Amino acid sequence: MDYAISVHDLTKVFGSFTAVDRLSLNIKPGEICGFLGPNGAGKTTAIRMLCGILTPTSGFGQILGYDLIKESEKIKPHIGYMSQKFSLYDDLTVEENLSFYAGLYSLPNSERKNRIKEMITMAQLTSREDEVVANLSGGWKQRLALGCAIIGRPSIVFLDEPTSGVSPTSRRDFFTIIQKLANQGTTVIVTTHFMDEAERCNRIAFISAGQLLAMDTPDNLKQSAVEGFMVELDLPQAIDQIDRIEQQLYVRECSLHGPLLHVLLDNESNVKELEELVGKSARPITPTLEDVFIALAKKKRKQVVR
Amino acid sequence: MSRILSVLKKEFIQMRRDRLTFALVFMMPLIQLLLFGYAIQTEVKHIPTIVFDQSLTNESRELLASFSASGYFDVIKTAKNYAEVNQAIAVANSIGLLKSQEILAQKVQFQGPPYDIRVRPWYNPDGITAYFMVPAILGIIVTMTMVIITAVAIVRERERGTLEQLLVTPIKPYELMIGKILPYIALGYIQITVALVVAVTVFDVPIKGSLLELYLLTLFFITASLGLGIFISNIAKTQMQAFQMSFFVMLPSILLSGFMFPRDAMPQFIYYLSAFIPLTYYLDIIRGIILKGIGFQYLVGQVTALLVFSIVLLIVSTLKFKKKIV
Repeated sequence: MDYAISVHDLTKVFGSFTAVDRLSLNIKPGEICGFLGPNGAGKTTAIRMLCGILTPTSGFGQILGYDLIKESEKIKPHIGYMSQKFSLYDDLTVEENLSFYAGLYSLPNSERKNRIKEMITMAQLTSREDEVVANLSGGWKQRLALGCAIIGRPSIVFLDEPTSGVSPTSRRDFFTIIQKLANQGTTVIVTTHFMDEAERCNRIAFISAGQLLAMDTPDNLKQSAVEGFMVELDLPQAIDQIDRIEQQLYVRECSLHGPLLHVLLDNESNVKELEELVGKSARPITPTLEDVFIALAKKKRKQVVR
Repeated sequence: MSRILSVLKKEFIQMRRDRLTFALVFMMPLIQLLLFGYAIQTEVKHIPTIVFDQSLTNESRELLASFSASGYFDVIKTAKNYAEVNQAIAVANSIGLLKSQEILAQKVQFQGPPYDIRVRPWYNPDGITAYFMVPAILGIIVTMTMVIITAVAIVRERERGTLEQLLVTPIKPYELMIGKILPYIALGYIQITVALVVAVTVFDVPIKGSLLELYLLTLFFITASLGLGIFISNIAKTQMQAFQMSFFVMLPSILLSGFMFPRDAMPQFIYYLSAFIPLTYYLDIIRGIILKGIGFQYLVGQVTALLVFSIVLLIVSTLKFKKKIV
């Protein structure tokens, strides 16, 4: 088995709406793969199909060597799943939730106690074992949900927007845990729309309108996905300047990043012209993932228009 | 096995922490039994009565006195002629009429009534409604609680999103069903016990038959009710829908099962329709055991029907439960 996940042309159609359109992926064991894309791009649908709880309209594939469609029940003991809602039992305590899932994954009684303790330590919930989940705040719930998802030592964990509605510190802590998991050989599939999280993935799958637009390492994507020369401009009232800059023939794209403008030029020789136009110096930069995403989404739109 | 135990344990914990469940199990039998046990009276007492005494003798007065002393007749008016009697009947504020003249005439002729008719309800000689109704109310309480609680059981997990999480685990549909159903069977028995204690201590209902037999046969009624609930839980998308469907099931149970009206008096179509209500069979069982003290051999048909109900509903529900999101 070379790949933990290998799927071809996975498609899901709801009525007349194609949520996922011919998705093909090959993911190696121990990889952290980020699904990046806007809301409604089909990330959740894709993950649900990979987990075997949603039957694809067409397409085929293997998860851990098992057939995705015919052997979905055989896959389940080996995967963990965490949905964006942190589906925990609110009226149970931290320990009771963990113990419930330990039982569902048939952990031997002898190691159950230790494993639960491990998860409590991992989730930084020590001394809160007997707290009812309803009383926990977002970050704690999130780490507990992760604990429930990985208590059975899965080979693959699917995390569907695990960091939505959680504080930045909690988000960072959470990704550190994920990286530790991957180091131990667990394959991690994580959806997000935070660029900083995407940066920490081994590979990123850009998904928009149900289609996989690109899949590569963050560095490669920045090098190859954006064609042209990227510069950064620091202008007063930057937002009012976008239209004027975009009208220039040598400008491919202009977008706002915080207070700064990112301008994509045809090539390096256009920098002088741009500087003359705005009367300020432009600083050459490597495109960020956000630039990559904008560029890819634009390319896609143009294809649709044609 | 570990998976069934896990679900069992989880359900027990949730049940213990849920106040609504507690209220449903302990308060419902208490309140309902007290309320309906006293309220539902099918014996007719205190009938407004008009007396037209044409003889006006000592004997007639004595007879009238004994009638009103029985508690069944309340003399609200003494009529002086037939016109008054007819008018009173026409406005329908009286339903009993004693023509004492005729009764007296008979008495004088035969020195006693010419014949003796005594209607005696064989298994309830004093005609005490509570004896007949309390066991039936007990059945209604149990089926109502079981159907509603289980109807909500799976839907609630679906609404909270925990069902999606369960679908991704290796649990099998039958394991989930067993784990969900067993705790409610225990709950059903607790409820029956509470209700029986009220029936015996408050209403003095005599239990003629064997308690053990009653408890054993009740199992099939509980499972049939749970099956109905689980079935609803599988179809309903929201807790609201589950509640509505439960009520859709409950009303015919109360009206058609023979709880209120004897089934034999029903039109044929309704009679057969009521054969599809678990309570119909349980009423035979519980009234049979409590009032008549009859043994299992007389209740085989009813038990079989409940068993068929349980098996069909639970199997259909388990098969219908797919580990997929629709």
